[in-house]
Amino acid sequence: MRNSTKLMILAAIAIVFILLYGFYDIKGGFDYAFPKRMLRVTAMIITGIAIAYSTVVFQTITHNRILTPSVMGLDSMYQVVQTLIYFFAGSMSVWVLNKYLNFGAAIFAMVVFALILYRFLFRADKHPIYFLLLIGMIIGTLLGSFVTFLQVLIDPVEYLSLQSRLFATFTNVKTELLFISIGILALAFLYGYLIMGQLDVMSLGRENAINLGINYDGMVMRILILSSVLIATSTALVGPITFFGLIVANLSYQFLVTFKHSTHILGASLISIIALVGGNFLVEHIFELRTTLSVIINFIGGIYFIYLLLKESRAAG
Amino acid sequence: MIEIKGLTKRFGKKPVVEDVTVTIEPGTITSFIGPNGAGKSTLLSMVSRLLEADTGEVLLDQNNVKKWKSSDFAKRVSILKQANYLNVRLTVRELVSFGRYPYSKGRLSAEDEKFVDQAIDYMNLADMENKYLDELSGGQKQRAFIAMVIAQDTDYILLDEPLNNLDMKHSVQIMKILRKLVDELGKTVVIVLHDINFASVYSDRIVALKNGRLMKNGPTREIINSDVLREIYDMDIPIQEQNGCRICVYFNSHI
Ligand SMILES: Nc1ncnc2c1ncn2[C@@H]1O[C@H](COP(=O)(O)OP(=O)(O)O)[C@@H](O)[C@H]1O
Ligand SMILES: [Mg+2]
Repeated sequence: MRNSTKLMILAAIAIVFILLYGFYDIKGGFDYAFPKRMLRVTAMIITGIAIAYSTVVFQTITHNRILTPSVMGLDSMYQVVQTLIYFFAGSMSVWVLNKYLNFGAAIFAMVVFALILYRFLFRADKHPIYFLLLIGMIIGTLLGSFVTFLQVLIDPVEYLSLQSRLFATFTNVKTELLFISIGILALAFLYGYLIMGQLDVMSLGRENAINLGINYDGMVMRILILSSVLIATSTALVGPITFFGLIVANLSYQFLVTFKHSTHILGASLISIIALVGGNFLVEHIFELRTTLSVIINFIGGIYFIYLLLKESRAAG
Repeated sequence: MIEIKGLTKRFGKKPVVEDVTVTIEPGTITSFIGPNGAGKSTLLSMVSRLLEADTGEVLLDQNNVKKWKSSDFAKRVSILKQANYLNVRLTVRELVSFGRYPYSKGRLSAEDEKFVDQAIDYMNLADMENKYLDELSGGQKQRAFIAMVIAQDTDYILLDEPLNNLDMKHSVQIMKILRKLVDELGKTVVIVLHDINFASVYSDRIVALKNGRLMKNGPTREIINSDVLREIYDMDIPIQEQNGCRICVYFNSHI
């Protein structure tokens, strides 16, 4: 089967799930329920694309298929920033009330964090993947404990307000950020269109890429920023889903055999949409589960993650 | 013209390349020789801007390599590193097509395809152009990488031990192709070689490095001589003339 055919099939499945999610069992409450559902679906699509896109480009510049921005603790950084803001400025400060300022601060911190991470872990030497993974887990735990520590000290009323911001989920989407997210995604795609060819060359490694005329270090910087902005967007909308990027990127690598980033970004995005919209549809309407999709995704993702690790270690050993 | 001026590189405190000054003569094959760890790869990396020098400079047509626009430089100078490992799965043809990136920016024109075909032909890879690299032997893979650099069609081609993994037949074939690129198309080749007989027979000039320093730099005839080679390699290497070629007999069991 050709890749374009496979992409068409993925797109068709995605559309079916979107329609199902929008119209299934809607009956009397159309005017009330339909707009609400559409808002959620939009959030899922944006999140799915943002995570898929950021994971694929992040894995290209770090030359691996296991580490993702989330696994390296990038989305924990979002929580750190929010907690710090509540701790030092409080819920009535401009840093909270102005959603753009708030979002901007989070993006800024995440970009800085990603650049530092890259500078020390990925740039100079080739560390074994287990080492990087360990560092990622340590950073994640450290940031998590730090957040918990600050939250204990915060005034209980403030804490409730902070919690509602941090525990965004698919059923509790931060709709006020939807428009700015769409804008960010549109810009990210515009930029992506310009650099697709360079990304393909960069996957040949630093030296081959420089030989072929890529300004490698500059590009890495820009892609890290792109990746962080996308993760910030998805985390702000629906909260962290640690292993999701890992699953969709690797499924795309397996399903679509090509070196082309345009194909993989599209493929991983469609797989994301299918998983999120389809998953939420099943969870909400068919199984009527009380658990959230994020929990299920992280459970399946965690298992898949271990599987990939074992596969990697067997290939290496 | 490529001019290397007072180039120094340290890793930690240890100088790996120290104050090396060499001019690469256009339209020649220049072989870089010297023992392992002499700094040949490091030097080539600095010339091709993969690595930044601590002091000194490299000039391409009187302009510092660092000042060149990366995409323009890639049309003038290409490098093939000693070890090539890819994270992505590519066919031979896909890899060679990447060599056209400086011109095509990812969209191959008919002319680009022509260069790709030619490079694949040169390296005798036509019958396996649609095979994946991980299905090939080490030597076949090496030839695919060389084909990529040839497709890049630069004036200067830098090759770091390209004969690694290659059998005699293909080694000779590649040296002949390089000669053709130089003699017929006016290219300039800089090549790191371990077998000094290949350097002796196929190159116009030889640059010898040792402990990061430039030991010798001159026409092949001047370097391939027992006294000079003893300085470089610390061993006695008798030389025999055959059909006008000087062959170093460094594997004689009687010495
Ligand atoms: N990235 C590096 N870090 C530290 N030392 C290095 C690095 N690259 C090369 N070296 C050292 O520099 C010396 C010269 O290496 P190299 O240029 O590869 O030599 P050659 O190619 O002549 O065999 C060696 O001693 C090597 O160990
Ligand atoms: Mg070397």
